[in-house]
Amino acid sequence: MPARLRAKKFLKVVERGFIPTAKAGGIRRVNLMSAKLMQGNEAIAEGALAAGVRFFGGYPITPSTEIAETMAKLLPQVGGTFIQMEDEIASMGVILGASLAGKKVLTASSGPGISLKQELIGYASEAEIPAVIVNVQRVGPSTGQPTAPSQGDVMQARWGTHGDHSIIVLSPWSVREAFELTVKAVNYAERFRIPVILLTDEIVGHLRENVELPTADELDIYPRRTPKISRAEGYQPYAPDEDLVPNVANFGEGYRIHVTGLIHDETGFPVGSPKVTENLIRRIHEKVSRAEEIIEVQEILMDDAEFAVVAFGGTARTAYEAVKICRDKGLKVGFVRLVTIFPFADKAIRELAGKVKGIVMAELNFGQLVGEVQRAANGQCPVKLCAKYDMTIFEPEEIVTSIEELIREVTAID
Amino acid sequence: MIERSYEKYFRQNRLPHLWCPGCGNGIVMKAIVQAIEKKGWSQDNTVIVSGIGCSSRASGYMDFDTLHTAHGRAIPFATGVKMANPNLNVVVITGDGDCTAIGGNHFIHGCRRNIDLTVVLFNNNIYGMTGGQASPMTPLGKKATTAPYGSIDRPFDACKLAEAAGATYVARSTAFHVQHLVKLIADGMDNKGFSFIEALVQCPTAYGRRNKIGDPAKMMAWMRDNAVMKTAWDKLSEDKKIGDKFPIGLFYKVEEETYNDSYEKVRDIAGGSLR
Amino acid sequence: MKSEFTLKLDRCKGCGICAAFCPKQVLALDKLGKIYVADSEKCIACGQCELRCPDYAIFVDKVKEEKESVT
Repeated sequence: MPARLRAKKFLKVVERGFIPTAKAGGIRRVNLMSAKLMQGNEAIAEGALAAGVRFFGGYPITPSTEIAETMAKLLPQVGGTFIQMEDEIASMGVILGASLAGKKVLTASSGPGISLKQELIGYASEAEIPAVIVNVQRVGPSTGQPTAPSQGDVMQARWGTHGDHSIIVLSPWSVREAFELTVKAVNYAERFRIPVILLTDEIVGHLRENVELPTADELDIYPRRTPKISRAEGYQPYAPDEDLVPNVANFGEGYRIHVTGLIHDETGFPVGSPKVTENLIRRIHEKVSRAEEIIEVQEILMDDAEFAVVAFGGTARTAYEAVKICRDKGLKVGFVRLVTIFPFADKAIRELAGKVKGIVMAELNFGQLVGEVQRAANGQCPVKLCAKYDMTIFEPEEIVTSIEELIREVTAID
Repeated sequence: MIERSYEKYFRQNRLPHLWCPGCGNGIVMKAIVQAIEKKGWSQDNTVIVSGIGCSSRASGYMDFDTLHTAHGRAIPFATGVKMANPNLNVVVITGDGDCTAIGGNHFIHGCRRNIDLTVVLFNNNIYGMTGGQASPMTPLGKKATTAPYGSIDRPFDACKLAEAAGATYVARSTAFHVQHLVKLIADGMDNKGFSFIEALVQCPTAYGRRNKIGDPAKMMAWMRDNAVMKTAWDKLSEDKKIGDKFPIGLFYKVEEETYNDSYEKVRDIAGGSLR
Repeated sequence: MKSEFTLKLDRCKGCGICAAFCPKQVLALDKLGKIYVADSEKCIACGQCELRCPDYAIFVDKVKEEKESVT
């Protein structure tokens, strides 16, 4: 490429705020821009790059396609790889292969595409391969309403794949947070060697906001875990470290490891024993459940609140408006947003239910996460579902109505 | 005895392998490591990727970085490995069910991309691991547990499929023709791009017994008696290409840009070249 | 010319492929279903047995007459 053209392309990248350093495999953020109008899906792609993702495999599906399109443009600029695969399953397979060969990886899909990926999300759980899967939720089941928002994949995110497994699910409510949670998702995938699902929705995915993205020095990036001892010293790829996560070597580094979806012991080779089976299944749960700090819950106007609205993702934006309307009406209502969906915020909801007179759970589905909220509330206070599943987003007034109904119900009992 | 040099490519503590007495898979697995030895590929720089099924258990016995993936998915995983680290030599081990049924779409698209993999299909004409169900490469009329009256599904010719889909090296041999097989695999490794080698193997347990083809040696004798070298096959008149006769040898070879090289050009244009 | 046989019997599954393809009927299966050398004098060290053994259990090397004592 002529030097002038190269410089022009370089400037284009700099305008975006990044200086690519392809050979080192890193990017440095420069302070050239302030606020920029950006779509949620684009912010996810930018966040992935900032977190060190250098490999994306995908398949087109509305409303997640902009993530693939943005990755197709940006990844080759920083020495990364974008590949459009023949189907959703292959998109999952290709990123897992790339992850084992040392790259930080991400894929994105929606609706039926996520269902197809579930097979290999199970593989990633069992073989402990870091990977991030973005789900931009749309109305289902099946092709459903492909361009309309929904939060109908909540329980699929937790339980979609087969077998006992643990998983981390994060859900952003703004464009900037889409960036930030993508960085976190990549970090958690690497730290726990686990598939992490960024559970967003068409609302946030297609939302355009003026955002100022964090600079590189504001971001903590979790590096790929590396073996602590050599092959000669008796390295075992699936021997857990102190945090119960194994330091699996990348392919091509001389460790000659074996990776399988079969139940395996610390050597990585399949073993058909009850003890090994139990140990592995317990460990892949405990490595996540013991890390309570990954459960994030945001509370606003909760100090004096007598009632609370719990919401997540795009719906939380409307729920927050509803809470403000209630406050204007003199109702003591607070706002609780689940940033981490799974592991579920049992402790936070249990404490909340012990404090308030009632909870409204607002979600854009027939009622999914409400079951978890009810379980955690454990009968301490009523939990009322505010559900919507008509392919349109909530109006704040709909949630306000639900809150007012709850207040009347609770007051009538009193 | 001087220990055979190929033995170092096996994980000695994993042998003997789990395959049935007389199964041809062991012969092909040895042929692959002999081809690797012939090429001088380093054990630390070579990755073996396999799917699910009898053949795909081979990866566990081979002393390289090895990846035993999910059913049918070996080629996408291998594509990820090769694209993430083009310096690695990547060999895929798959079976007739794994590659042409559940993995059929991945197979043709791997061929289409000309991703630089050496794919060896162990064709035993049956699903062996699950006890003998019909595969897309079970010959017409042959019996399987899911085709108790004989298979009516017309089988794939995986070599023709690979060629039509864009593979740049396509060959077939058998567990009987061991040296021939080693050479074809090694030549496939030389090819920059998607190399496909079908290796016919006997499955005495799940296929042979049910179809009364006899013991493993008889199944291999059948390969000896019915395989016709490509050069001879091409000279046969159509009326001679009958019965169980089938061609073996190199079917197709062409030079095309590999997917890695094509993508490096994309990086060049985008300004993120790794070269 | 003589042949030196090495049998790794822990690998042998007794499939009989080596015996079947031996041109000189040197090999046979014993009562426990493992291979044994029935008539080593007939061996021509062609290596057909080793070539097709799916279990890497039989190895045959040519031995020059003067080094006979090795085995």
